[in-house]
Amino acid sequence: MSFLELTGIQKRFGDVAAVQDFNLAAERGEFVSFLGPSGCGKTTTLRMIAGFERPTAGRIVVNGVDITDQSPNQRNVGMVFQSYALFPNMTVAANIGFGLRVRRRPKTEVRRRVGELLDLIHLPDKADRYPWQLSGGQQQRVALARALAIEPQVLLLDEPLSALDAKIRVVLRHEIRTIQRELGITTVYVTHDQEEALSLSDRIVVMSEGRVEQIGTPFQVYNFPSTAFVASFVGTLNVLDATVVDAASGQLTVAGQSISTGRPLIGAGAPGATLPIALRPEMLSIGAEGHANAVSGTVEDVTFLGSIVRIRVRIDGGGPLVSADTFNDPSLTVPERGSATSLTFPANAVLVLDAPPVESVEDLIAEA
Amino acid sequence: MKHAGRAGWWIVFIAGFLYFFVPLYGTLDFSLKSKPFLSAYTAITTDSQFTSTLLYSFIAGVLTIIVSILIIVPTAFWVRLKFPRIRPLIEFITLLPFVIPPIILVFGLINTYSKQPLALTNTDTGSNALLVAAYVVLSFPYMYRAVDTGLRAIDIQSLTEASQSLGAGWIRILWQVILPNLRTSLLSGAFLTLAIVVGEFTIATFLARPAFAPYLAIVGDERPYEQAALALVSFGITWVAMVGIAILGRGTGGRGRFTAAR
Repeated sequence: MSFLELTGIQKRFGDVAAVQDFNLAAERGEFVSFLGPSGCGKTTTLRMIAGFERPTAGRIVVNGVDITDQSPNQRNVGMVFQSYALFPNMTVAANIGFGLRVRRRPKTEVRRRVGELLDLIHLPDKADRYPWQLSGGQQQRVALARALAIEPQVLLLDEPLSALDAKIRVVLRHEIRTIQRELGITTVYVTHDQEEALSLSDRIVVMSEGRVEQIGTPFQVYNFPSTAFVASFVGTLNVLDATVVDAASGQLTVAGQSISTGRPLIGAGAPGATLPIALRPEMLSIGAEGHANAVSGTVEDVTFLGSIVRIRVRIDGGGPLVSADTFNDPSLTVPERGSATSLTFPANAVLVLDAPPVESVEDLIAEA
Repeated sequence: MKHAGRAGWWIVFIAGFLYFFVPLYGTLDFSLKSKPFLSAYTAITTDSQFTSTLLYSFIAGVLTIIVSILIIVPTAFWVRLKFPRIRPLIEFITLLPFVIPPIILVFGLINTYSKQPLALTNTDTGSNALLVAAYVVLSFPYMYRAVDTGLRAIDIQSLTEASQSLGAGWIRILWQVILPNLRTSLLSGAFLTLAIVVGEFTIATFLARPAFAPYLAIVGDERPYEQAALALVSFGITWVAMVGIAILGRGTGGRGRFTAAR
């Protein structure tokens, strides 16, 4: 039996189905992210676990106990809010110790536990400060410590880093993950930032319009997206219209140039049919040899993005504009704008959006 | 253009200052006309009724503030949190005291509570309770607006949910989280309530309560100089009380400021 189980969860607000048929089984100590655009139902689902929303249907079970009908203050579920929600009238120490005082723990125990958590979040000298005296990153750490103080069964985080600047986000998410691993708490993390979800999670639940699109590890979700939405939402994608030549052998053309997918395309249609495909920019190489596919084009733009160099190529024959990403290497010969080049990529880099890319994830793992 | 703007502000300030202080000066001037000099002030300070009625009104004021807070804060909190759509209705109800004259209110109270089984006007305790209840109603517009404004400035939903996630029940949430963050709003509501109570005449007179405003009117019938002196002294005491409330309510710098991300 899993530690956290959501079975058949639905939530309706009047005629609007905010969450439909949500099923998840998370193990003890697992870090699961809910990823999706605004309005996809990820926060609503999180709030149902916390008890702030009641499911229209379905059950929520934590450690074998059905908590669906329990009030929020009975669930022992720690929550970190996007707005931090620190109590402005209390010091940092009082904020962290609040849950322990509610549970009538002895003062000595409260003091000890608050001290431990202040050390854990690297703010040992901020006990007597008020929230308004702290930076955003410090406030969020205090909010995390407050949620952890009660030793929750499940830790819930609702876009906790979205209000912080990029550099602080990177530092804090690493800290959150380190603390979570150290304490072994089952964690559910809501975010619309794919980089956060990919870097933090043991598994990701990708959601769209109230439905689960895919549940998988970051590797699976990124490399083997099961739906067009997942493919387009997670990571950057070049989307092209290809023409079917032979679905059985996986042969296509783009702007008259041949492309091989190396596998049968189930449901792709008859020869001549249009099939939307996608290519990840990092799977494309400029002028490299040894790949199954090579498409000629003209360089239109070169952009330095720090560690990545993005080269945009117009495919010859009136084809689309495609981005190829390569690591920034001082020894790299950067093609000039207007120069002719060829884009090369392996067969399994081609993602077919309207048809399942493979019969099973295991097949693709075996091929790789 | 800049000088014209600044001059305009000074004109407004001086006009407001004169509007406020000229009547006070006139009252002071009149009170000093009593012979011998300052006899009006010595007369009231030796009058035991001055102390007793002022104390009575202050105690009524404090009780009104406490009862008003106990009613208004949970109501405003619950409406904001769970039923935001009925806020306009609640606001309308709290504004009714502006529409209903105190004379109508007090006659309604006397009519209802002078007969069994609700006969409260027969006893001092009952009449005192009625007086405080009437004052609570009069304070509704000020206290509700002050509390509602304070609640608007804090994210009560997140604070409430954070408290609940940590195991807190409703009473603890209100007492330890919401009320402390409404300190400034409650103080401003308390100021207005105290001023209204100390100066309220109609209800106290018809309920035959030994309050300050009826005493002031009685003194004025026979002793005009003392009445002027009384008015100034009570004004000054009320101001001191408000300053005292403000000082007591001032916590460490910045407490109550909410800087969470929105």
